[in-house]
Amino acid sequence: MSLALRTFSSVKDANTALQVSGTRYLGGGTLVIRAANEGDVSVSSLIRVTDPGLSQIAVSDDKVWLGASVTMAAIARRPELAALAPAARAVGGPAIRNMATVGGNLFATAPYGDFAVALLALDATVATEDGEMPIETFLAGRDTSRAIVTAVGFSLPKAESFRFLKVSRIKPKGISVLSIAAHLQRTVDGSVTSARIALGCMADRPMRAKAAEKALLGCKLTPQEIAPALAAAVEGIAPITDPIASAWYRAEVLPVHLGRLLLT
Amino acid sequence: MAKVPVQFTLNGSEKAEFVESGTTLLHALRDKIGDTSPKGGCHQGTCGACSVIIDGELRLSCLTLAETCNGTDIKTTAGLAEGGVLHPLQRAFLDAFATQCGFCTPGMIMAAKVLLDRTPNPSREEVIEALSGNICRCTGYEPIIQAVLTAARANSQNAA
Repeated sequence: MSLALRTFSSVKDANTALQVSGTRYLGGGTLVIRAANEGDVSVSSLIRVTDPGLSQIAVSDDKVWLGASVTMAAIARRPELAALAPAARAVGGPAIRNMATVGGNLFATAPYGDFAVALLALDATVATEDGEMPIETFLAGRDTSRAIVTAVGFSLPKAESFRFLKVSRIKPKGISVLSIAAHLQRTVDGSVTSARIALGCMADRPMRAKAAEKALLGCKLTPQEIAPALAAAVEGIAPITDPIASAWYRAEVLPVHLGRLLLT
Repeated sequence: MAKVPVQFTLNGSEKAEFVESGTTLLHALRDKIGDTSPKGGCHQGTCGACSVIIDGELRLSCLTLAETCNGTDIKTTAGLAEGGVLHPLQRAFLDAFATQCGFCTPGMIMAAKVLLDRTPNPSREEVIEALSGNICRCTGYEPIIQAVLTAARANSQNAA
């Protein structure tokens, strides 16, 4: 393996260097060095940025900006981000969480990328030097994106309105069978007024369960009232098949786990 | 390929080497510096056998480039014993038969050390969580969990 690493102090200079073919951005290394170790010869040179601003977490009122180099461990230990801690802790073991970054998770292909599932449910904004865009737009175009992600912003959810579930076969930690994040607003009597549900492993990247979101509106979270939403959850999915589970299995268990998440 | 200088503290002593750009820390430690305690298992970030402690945090040396470690303080299992006296974790692993083939042991011990440095009296659940990124194919994990709990008790008795 031969990889040339170049270090930049600013994102702007690194963005220029990233345009050269065969160049990949090095964040925590858990994706790109893994690919290189596996023999991915499309990676010939790496760039990284040491700007400390990329590692900052800014929380003001209810708005959060996570620098792209912020690690899962850093998120999990911030008391203000307690609502997101389950999603951050769902990523890897302790060593991986000390390395894996928010920016990298946006590019992780299924079965990885559980934190990005949470960000999708929160309707996060992805920032690059070129500007900001909704995470849904970003994820759709990430394969051809050549701009370094600098930060991800979102409104901090109230703990009771945000739910996250990762299902794995190995306890306590394993690769996802699937992951689900749900951001629900409800009236005092418990009826859902808005729902945003994101799914992991149901495509090569996180996707929304739009039909289920729509079916949940006006429902109380009871087994009878959520049944149509559970039935609708499989609309538009194309689950991955890997050694953990087949696409068929993932599709079969999705409504079961969504039901458990909504009824807890 | 151009060589780049790397300089860091390894188990308390200064190390300086020239490595090819893109060399992993695991490769630099084992094949350049001669510390073979971190093991190359999967090279994919899955098994934890290459775990080392960099500036107090557990990291995977197979996914870390050596040149990004300039100026850091690195600890490996090879640096734990003092003057031929085993570290309490090493002693506990031996006594509890927590090591069979031994390949995962250095990574397990590094993960356990980070835990005990921060949480001297961990619960069983905390031990399991701390070791959750390390795979062992021999022991079934129970002796390892017991060894870490035993080492924690030995530490707290020494401190008392």
